[in-house]
Amino acid sequence: MSKLSVNHLLGIKYLNKQDIELIFETANHFKNVINRPIKKVPSLRDITIANLFFENSTRTKLSFELAEKRLSADTINFASSSSSVTKGETLIDTVNNILSMKVDMVVMRHPNPGAAYFLSQHVNAKIVNAGDGAHEHPTQALLDGFSIIEKHGELKGKNIVIVGDVLHSRVALSNIFLLQKMGANVKVCGPMTLIPKYITSLGVEVFTDLKTALNWCDVAMMLRIQLERQDIKYFPSLREYSMLYGLDKQLLDSLKKKITIMHPGPINRGVEITSDVADSKQSIILNQVENGVAVRMAVLYLLAGKID
Amino acid sequence: MKKSKRVILDATHFDLTIKRLAHQLIENHNDFNNTVILGLQPRGIYLADRIKSELLIINNNFKIESGALDITFYRDDFRRREEPLIPNETQLNFIIEDKNVILVDDVLFTGRSIRAGLDAMLAFGRPRKVELLVLINRRYERQLPIQAKYIGKNVHSVSSERVKVSWKHTDGEDKVILYTPKDE
Repeated sequence: MSKLSVNHLLGIKYLNKQDIELIFETANHFKNVINRPIKKVPSLRDITIANLFFENSTRTKLSFELAEKRLSADTINFASSSSSVTKGETLIDTVNNILSMKVDMVVMRHPNPGAAYFLSQHVNAKIVNAGDGAHEHPTQALLDGFSIIEKHGELKGKNIVIVGDVLHSRVALSNIFLLQKMGANVKVCGPMTLIPKYITSLGVEVFTDLKTALNWCDVAMMLRIQLERQDIKYFPSLREYSMLYGLDKQLLDSLKKKITIMHPGPINRGVEITSDVADSKQSIILNQVENGVAVRMAVLYLLAGKID
Repeated sequence: MKKSKRVILDATHFDLTIKRLAHQLIENHNDFNNTVILGLQPRGIYLADRIKSELLIINNNFKIESGALDITFYRDDFRRREEPLIPNETQLNFIIEDKNVILVDDVLFTGRSIRAGLDAMLAFGRPRKVELLVLINRRYERQLPIQAKYIGKNVHSVSSERVKVSWKHTDGEDKVILYTPKDE
């Protein structure tokens, strides 16, 4: 089996366990490549990739761009703020115009859930979802899973808790799908207003007390409070949130075992996580970023293999 | 379509060939202090290992650096195949800058793997000189201007035929077989 079962990466939901394992295995080889003196391979030299970012991004955008360049693909970049979208052009029109410039793959971030799926039904290019609203962010979940395996050897049987703004987090949803498919135990923790109602239907239990949650887990994924998506108040104040759900060094040191700390970024230091925790030895936040490039190279490589 | 098969190298001649190749290398590279051996993944590494251990049998004082080079990401047939190829591990813990490199593969046929191998190798530095060693040289079907310096055996074969190299420690026996398809 050396082929993905899907033609696009729209979400972890559509992948099976073999797909995820294949991506991890390929990413391992690319991690090797990007640590060489010459960090580039010519695999995708005849492929053109468009990066369409209809929403702000630093890490994901740079990471995809670097992954594309390390694979020798040609890239074009697009940010909605400086484009004709502000003049009223529709998504399909924008994308079709870009595709008539002979683009083979599209990496897209969009504020609307399902935007990547919608695109995959209407245009003739391989689509990689780089985040669609509060729905999915598959490459983030893949790099998180990859980073946990790197640290803990495997995902099967590991206890992972996702802490914080689960309601607005595409990272949380993609991670829940991925970790469950790989046999890990996932629970979430946060104020009930920030936990989606459907969470139990995914078979995910909820902790409301942070310390209990941290004592249960091997790995804690801390999420950012996404104030930009919160149109109403979900909790009284950031200060109160950080007192109840923020992770500081004192809490970390009071736990029974040494847990691993992850964060998809960007970090709001002092809110969900304090600086000394983010920069501690238990944190693998910067490893996540490094692995992001390798995992994205693997996804692009495997999908490009399916271009006719 | 049935296949007929013919043994080109049996275990005895296989062993003799490896010994001869090792001696030829010593003729040109003396004590190997500036020479490295690179086996191409997946099956060139077996030959590289064998050559290296043969060299050490001949002279235990040789310090020979060797590595395995994967060429998957450098191939020119990506997307021209049904499925993308799954890479193998590259194990190369040294820089080949200014070294003499002996590239090793089991069979030289179209020359395309070696072309990719040369490309992959350059990611680890600029070698002083590169030589190619193969166990089997299939003549007449070369698609690129590539020739081996050290050849175990020349085989005259056409493209519909297939050469299979078996190794004692992985396949149970050292031998090389030529399969020829024949019409019923």
